[in-house]
Amino acid sequence: MNFRMIGRIISFILIVEAIFMLPGMVLCAVGGQMQSALAFLITIGIIFATSSALWLLCRKAQKGFYSRDGLVCVGLCWIIMSLFGALPFTISHEIPRYIDAVFEIASGFSTTGASILNDVEALSKGMLLWRSTSHWLGGMGVLVFLLALVPISGRSDGFTMHLLRAESPGPDVGKLVPRMKQTAIILYGLYILLTVLDFIFLVIGKMPVFDAVCIAIGTAGTGGFGVLNTSIASYSPYIQTVCTVFMLLFGVNFSCYYLLLCGKIKNVLKDEELHWYLGIAVFAIAVITLSLSLKHFYPTFGETLRHSAFQVGSLLSSTGFATTDFDLWPAIAKAILFSLMFIGASAGSTGGGFKIGRMLLVLKMMRRNVRQVLYPQKIQVVRVNGRVVDEAVLRNTNAYLCTYVMIILVSFLIVSIDGFSTTTNITAVVSCFNNMGPGLEGIGPSLNYSGYGTISKIVLIFDMLAGRLEIFPILVLFSRSAWKRR
Amino acid sequence: MNIIIAGYGKVGSALTRQLSAEGYDLTIIDSNRKKLESGQELYDVLVVHGNCATMSVLEEAGVKNADILIAATSADEINLLCCLTAHKLNKNIHTIARIRNPEYSEQIVLMRDSLGLSLLVNPEKQAAQEMERLIRYPGFMKREKFAHGRVEIAELRVTADSPLCDIPLMQMGSVTKCHSLVCTVLRNGNAIAPNGHFILKEGDRLFVTATTNELALLLKNLGIVTHRVKRVIICGGGKSAPYLAQMLEKGNIKVQIVERDQKKCLELAELLPFADIVNADASDLSLWESERLSSDDAIVAMTGLDELNMMITLYVKSCGVHQTITKLSRTESSALLDKLDLGSVICPKDLCSNTIVGYVRGMKNQTGASIAVHRIADGKSEATEFHVTKDTLYCGVPLKDLKLKKNVLIASILHLSQCVIPNGESCFYPGDTVIVVSDSDRAISRLNDIFE
Repeated sequence: MNFRMIGRIISFILIVEAIFMLPGMVLCAVGGQMQSALAFLITIGIIFATSSALWLLCRKAQKGFYSRDGLVCVGLCWIIMSLFGALPFTISHEIPRYIDAVFEIASGFSTTGASILNDVEALSKGMLLWRSTSHWLGGMGVLVFLLALVPISGRSDGFTMHLLRAESPGPDVGKLVPRMKQTAIILYGLYILLTVLDFIFLVIGKMPVFDAVCIAIGTAGTGGFGVLNTSIASYSPYIQTVCTVFMLLFGVNFSCYYLLLCGKIKNVLKDEELHWYLGIAVFAIAVITLSLSLKHFYPTFGETLRHSAFQVGSLLSSTGFATTDFDLWPAIAKAILFSLMFIGASAGSTGGGFKIGRMLLVLKMMRRNVRQVLYPQKIQVVRVNGRVVDEAVLRNTNAYLCTYVMIILVSFLIVSIDGFSTTTNITAVVSCFNNMGPGLEGIGPSLNYSGYGTISKIVLIFDMLAGRLEIFPILVLFSRSAWKRR
Repeated sequence: MNIIIAGYGKVGSALTRQLSAEGYDLTIIDSNRKKLESGQELYDVLVVHGNCATMSVLEEAGVKNADILIAATSADEINLLCCLTAHKLNKNIHTIARIRNPEYSEQIVLMRDSLGLSLLVNPEKQAAQEMERLIRYPGFMKREKFAHGRVEIAELRVTADSPLCDIPLMQMGSVTKCHSLVCTVLRNGNAIAPNGHFILKEGDRLFVTATTNELALLLKNLGIVTHRVKRVIICGGGKSAPYLAQMLEKGNIKVQIVERDQKKCLELAELLPFADIVNADASDLSLWESERLSSDDAIVAMTGLDELNMMITLYVKSCGVHQTITKLSRTESSALLDKLDLGSVICPKDLCSNTIVGYVRGMKNQTGASIAVHRIADGKSEATEFHVTKDTLYCGVPLKDLKLKKNVLIASILHLSQCVIPNGESCFYPGDTVIVVSDSDRAISRLNDIFE
């Protein structure tokens, strides 16, 4: 394990984190909340001290960086980022308990949006901004951001690929253009462009600028932290519609946007994952609208459609905003929403979940196995978008599915210690692990995670980070061989 | 500049390493996923899986925006088809194909013009040319020509009985009585840029620049025996063998080819009426006894096995043969090879990739960009040829007043087509050509980059 190189990358990451804390600090200082501003200042000081110490310790980093180093590096980076990112909340006493603060910021970085706050509006504006900023940074990945900015080591090294693979979601991560730096710049360029568009549309709908910034960057990362206790419910129908559209947009694979920019519209239209994504969204909206209309939940059809579309967009893209308390909806609607939590967004998007691309592979493998039983001699390959998928990718997908189910089961068992209802516990785990935010019953859209004990919170923090990084970067940290020098 | 490399084999990977370090945007195509995976993990490149001669794969690799396509797969026909298809998809692309089958060599010019190929490389033929040069002008382990042959960099080995052993470089001029400059010393596999106080030791390999005439003088004064080679025994009738045999025949040198495979022997006998084809196993040492080797002989070991080639060279050296050439397909373990007295070593893969890299750099040719690049000292150092232009810094300033970067050295200056081996008083002017020797880790692509 090349610990020195990892240390160097972590020291870079911490600086990036500190820089992204600055807007929050300025906002606090301008708003006269000196205690919060001071908390930010102290945190930034601590971060700089740690980062420079790490930098000095890891000056003589050797070359040579392999996929295991990449996994460990990404896992460590995200944990360390969460530990430092929680400091402003605790130092300013806005979230007095450190574990709660870590939960909040891990939920931010992993774009979950699960909160332990009973009263969101009580937080100072700077803290709210920092919470939402963490969504934005976590959505596309902070290491990808770093790759776009600095050459971590010489220009010929391919090791950055390991970092991209470990941090970006999807079964088969690749570059868009030959240079990693260019790839990262393109990804962040698209990300910033879409975020700004979202912001402009929100401001046109007369949303206050501060709210618009927080909601836009929260939507971009498919996070789900709002600035009001009612999430999005108290905004106008126009704003809710804008949010619906952008949540769905951020759940699309970003390489589709790149292809669009390159003028390869045909390739985008033929993308199987996109078909499934949109198909699932339309189907879910239709069924939920129907079930709500039958029970006459909302006065008009328009409102029914708006709420169901918003909730489907929110849960399919793993954002977790809410316009209404869907915990009160009929059972079939809730069941569909719960299933959407599992499926999650497309690979290569900012969303969480199992990913549609992976689900597609699992379904095709299932079909292949069924056919194999009926016709054993037949040689079959799995194709996506007409291309044969490598067996190694299929094997990894299978392994991922097993680990995914196991982690949900084990977390569910541990979280059940706290004595909430079974539905609450299972949805809490699924919601955190798939980076959603709200669940059902005890943690429904109008409630939060503050009731859980310390152990459960640690488990849920693990689930959130593991879910965002697709399990293995976090899981390898528990392997003894990850900590050996060789 | 966007470059597509089709085929990630030996040449492909050597090219990738070199071109990626120089900052070009590379896309690699190969039909072997494992190879691609390893390439992607080592270098910052984009990989595309598939058959490089198909339109869809080439399009996926971005052929429409590419500037150069290098086809280096193992099959000539695929390389040609790949270049042809790429040319149809993008008229402005420069295509480089590796063609190694000697049977195609006569139609190469034809293919070049009608298929729109920019460059054809034949690693075996290049290797043969290099070997012929070494045999015809013996004494050196390797020679590289610069500036249309006016300057050469030659490799010398310091032996225990050499007059150069244990003297500082300052005194080299008085020992050799000619103008030459040591630009790199390879000791234990490390390239060192020496200064005047550097003391030469036994086993060092020196890379010396001088004009062609001075080099001959150098050899004479150093007392290196330069027997004229009368007979060359080639071990292994691979693809290079016919080329080499034909070239040597023109120089009136007797050629003998030892090949194990009888069918191949017959083919060779048909192709090369003047040469003696021996159907025997080169690893069989009794063969060498029956051949009665003498110092008039030269042995070229170029079978397909590196280990066997090394064995042959070491054995015949012990039989009193001075001039030996060993073909190796991998030179990565050069630190180890240094300990063995293998004589000249030739690596076709490196020769081939050097030619292509040279072409790519030539294409880039902005002001001050390099014209030609040669990798010396097993690829640890690079000798780069530059034109001095008006934009070059420090024109007319004596070299002793210049601060060059670490491990960078100006090996020679061509002023008014006169080669000058520089000392502290020399200076260069616009219109001159200079040859700069540097570490290959830090590629120098512009002349102004050499100054602090």
